[in-house]
Amino acid sequence: MDTEILARVQFAFTVSFHYIYPPLSIGLGLIMVIMEGLYLKTGDKIYETMARFWTRIFALTFGIGVATGIVMEFEFGTNWATYSRYVGDVFGSALAAEGIFAFALESGFLGVLLFGWNRVKPPVHFIATLGVWLGSMFSAVWIVVANSWQQTPAGYHIVGTGTNARAEITDFWAMVFNPSSVDRLLHVWVGAILAGAFLVLSVHGYYLLKGRYIEISQKAFKIALVVATIFSCSQLLTGHESANGVSKNQPAKLAAFEGHYDSLAKADMYLLGWVNQEKKEVYGPKIPGGLSFLLHYDFKTPVTGLNHYADNDRPKAVNAIFQFYHIMITLGMMMIGLTLLASWLWWRGKLFNYRWLLKLFVFAVFMPQIANQAGWFAAEMGRQPWVVYGLLRTSDAFSKSVGAQQILFSLIMFTLIYVLLFALFIYLLDRKIKHGPYDDSDIESRPLQHEISEVVENR
Amino acid sequence: METFLGIDYPTLWFLVVGALFSGYAILDGFDLGAGAWHLFFRKEESRRIALNAIGPVWDGNEVWLVIGGGALFAGFPILYAAMFSAMYIPFMLFLAFLIFRAVSIEFRSKEPMPWWRMLWDICYCISSAMLGFLLGVVLGNILQGIAIGPDFEYKGSWLQFINPYAVMVGLTTLSLFMVHGAIYLAMKTEGRLFIKITLLLKRAILFFVVVFVITTILTLLFIPHLSDHLLSNPLLLVIPLLAFLSIANIPRLVSKQKYRYAFFFSALTMSLLLILVAVELYPVLLLSTINPAYSITVHNSASSVKSLKIMLLFVLIGAPMVGIYTLFVYRTFRGKVKLDETSY
Ligand code: HDD
Ligand code: HEM
Ligand code: HEM
Repeated sequence: MDTEILARVQFAFTVSFHYIYPPLSIGLGLIMVIMEGLYLKTGDKIYETMARFWTRIFALTFGIGVATGIVMEFEFGTNWATYSRYVGDVFGSALAAEGIFAFALESGFLGVLLFGWNRVKPPVHFIATLGVWLGSMFSAVWIVVANSWQQTPAGYHIVGTGTNARAEITDFWAMVFNPSSVDRLLHVWVGAILAGAFLVLSVHGYYLLKGRYIEISQKAFKIALVVATIFSCSQLLTGHESANGVSKNQPAKLAAFEGHYDSLAKADMYLLGWVNQEKKEVYGPKIPGGLSFLLHYDFKTPVTGLNHYADNDRPKAVNAIFQFYHIMITLGMMMIGLTLLASWLWWRGKLFNYRWLLKLFVFAVFMPQIANQAGWFAAEMGRQPWVVYGLLRTSDAFSKSVGAQQILFSLIMFTLIYVLLFALFIYLLDRKIKHGPYDDSDIESRPLQHEISEVVENR
Repeated sequence: METFLGIDYPTLWFLVVGALFSGYAILDGFDLGAGAWHLFFRKEESRRIALNAIGPVWDGNEVWLVIGGGALFAGFPILYAAMFSAMYIPFMLFLAFLIFRAVSIEFRSKEPMPWWRMLWDICYCISSAMLGFLLGVVLGNILQGIAIGPDFEYKGSWLQFINPYAVMVGLTTLSLFMVHGAIYLAMKTEGRLFIKITLLLKRAILFFVVVFVITTILTLLFIPHLSDHLLSNPLLLVIPLLAFLSIANIPRLVSKQKYRYAFFFSALTMSLLLILVAVELYPVLLLSTINPAYSITVHNSASSVKSLKIMLLFVLIGAPMVGIYTLFVYRTFRGKVKLDETSY
């Protein structure tokens, strides 16, 4: 296999793995802030127990997030040397800012969040939790700004030519607020919060099904449900804004999202489908002119299609891009449906009456995760063949001095390590969930009696 | 070229990167060093105490590496690209050990079975030691120079990174970290564990002094160009002199049981040695062994002045903030280690 493909596979693999964890940390961070806030406000110990429980799970996702994230930072230099030289001047400042403002904040307070329960007063602890959460939100800012800059470059000029060419920054704020960063940042934030909220729903849904820790689980479930409902609905809006932006800045990508080839025709919107890349046709149920309507509020306006671009200037894997994009949207719609249904039942006072609903929530934890991954794959594959859109091709961007065997070595190494890591993560998560929300130390406060009778009743 | 306080911007950024890496060496140095001692402690309780001595701070320390790496990418993209792609294998191994170390710390305490704990103890100890060693190997290669071609791309073979000189620098770094780590542990422990650590510390100091002397002799013999700056400007000899004094001070303070001061001096030693490296290299960052004219320097690899100015502003705003919460965290966890239910 050639170096370019290997380097891409390796990058995609390591970044996708990394991206399982940061969204969980960001989302759980918000939920912990809410729980601790409620504890401060009401003084009810149950919220503290809840927050402590989720802190322990947070420690796990955070730890793996950090370990896999450092890999990403170094991989720019090891695998994408030409790219690093090309974008360093512009992109480096965003990464440096991420380190100074975001990572230092979150890792600094992390120690207090995890180990400080008995050492600092509750309000100070709350501040530490808030600091970690804000830090993780900021870290998404800078990394998404950097990625958005390579999707829609702005605020730079090119110096040098040929292999010496590189982008230099001319306007910092234009770089930060490049045409896609705000839309994409909001979309990524919301996606991350959903990942955290659905994990909480899943775990407490599981306890409720098993009849364990009823009181605490009902409270926690409701907190997470509020968050999940609000943010699933907002995700539709931020996603729509992103799609609007893509139609202006990267029309070839948008065309690939819907498998739209013919520039003179109106653009349809598919619920699902299959793209035949040879015949340049899409099969599946569709809303004729739907995409035209969303973009121009008119069903007939033509939309630029893939045929408009030379063969080597447009993405090749149209069907894959189409599928990833539609998986994300379908899951988004399902999350909206599920959370609205649950909220409605809650309003009717019947939220915990249906076992099937709780079962659905136990498995719904995969929905935001898959949607997040699918979203990135659609966005990144739709950007091909460019690394920096319209400026630098992926095929020119990798490290010339690194041989295919070396990348293969590291790919195999990371695959082994990550498989192991993932297995351990699942194992420990399972252990922590089985262990439940109560510390071994506060045995007295643990509702043991109560619980046993519940279990017996359920038999 | 534009200057600030008479110093040009790339050089200013060089100072920032240097400060970040020396901060990293001082901070992560003690927790890597402490980790490298881990298997020397036999009892479960001792291991837990040693682990929890670094528990709340190791992650924050590692962030200095992330920031340092980011600063290198941002300020000297050409160096970042060349160095990381040239030393692909050591960096990949470095990353693997970083991951193993992080997960060992995280996972060890999650299960009570002795074999489980033993497994992660071994993993933790080896990866801590290897990280210190690999950092030294990379430093050794930077000191010697590598085969950089005219297009700033590496032309050598992928195995060249491993050579006797680099291995010696690796051992020196590791032993210095272990001295530093043992002093830190001495400050954080009491009772029999404390006594054991003080004994280990004395041996570590001896070992460090031996490898350090060998490495210094090798440097003078085989990489003479590194001494050029010192010889042409004798005033600079103050730096190695101070470094030697600072090293000599460590055993003196240790035998007086003044561990805080000893910690200060082992930290100072690291900074002085890195300053010495910086002075010897500047303005070259990565010497080309093919032709000195191909070398990567502070000036031919730097980002634009505009970009550097923005980042310096970030540093001016960010550094005091980082300082404040670092202090806050270390204050919260000051004093001897006490285990409770939130400990590892
Ligand atoms: C800051 C930059 C950045 C960020 C935040 C991301 N990526 Fe990206 N991605 C790149 C920068 C990049 C890149 C360096 O520019 C790559 C490497 C090769 C390429 O073409 O672009 C890339 C490629 C790339 C590919 C391979 C595409 C292909 O070769 O066809 C995939 C699947 C992803 N990325 C997926 C992701 C995921 C799941 C991310 C979520 C964290 C993600 N990217 C975030
Ligand atoms: C190629 C892209 C990426 C790179 C180079 C990268 C780099 C890093 C690095 C170096 C760390 C470790 C920092 C530490 O020690 O605390 C990290 C962790 C983190 N990253 Fe990424 N990252 C990438 C993608 C993303 C994306 C897209 C997001 C968010 C949307 C994100 C959010 C986070 C967060 C929140 C953490 C803290 C650890 C955690 O919460 O699990 N990262 N990343
Ligand atoms: C409900 C309707 C949704 C729509 C219309 C939508 C739309 C979009 C669009 C157009 C993009 C590409 C943006 C670009 O390339 O610049 C995108 C990317 C993405 N989507 Fe969605 N999305 C939806 C739901 C979701 C959901 C529910 C999640 C996760 C929980 C999600 C996660 C992502 C992620 C992580 C990306 C990649 C980052 C980015 O490019 O912004 N999306 N989405």
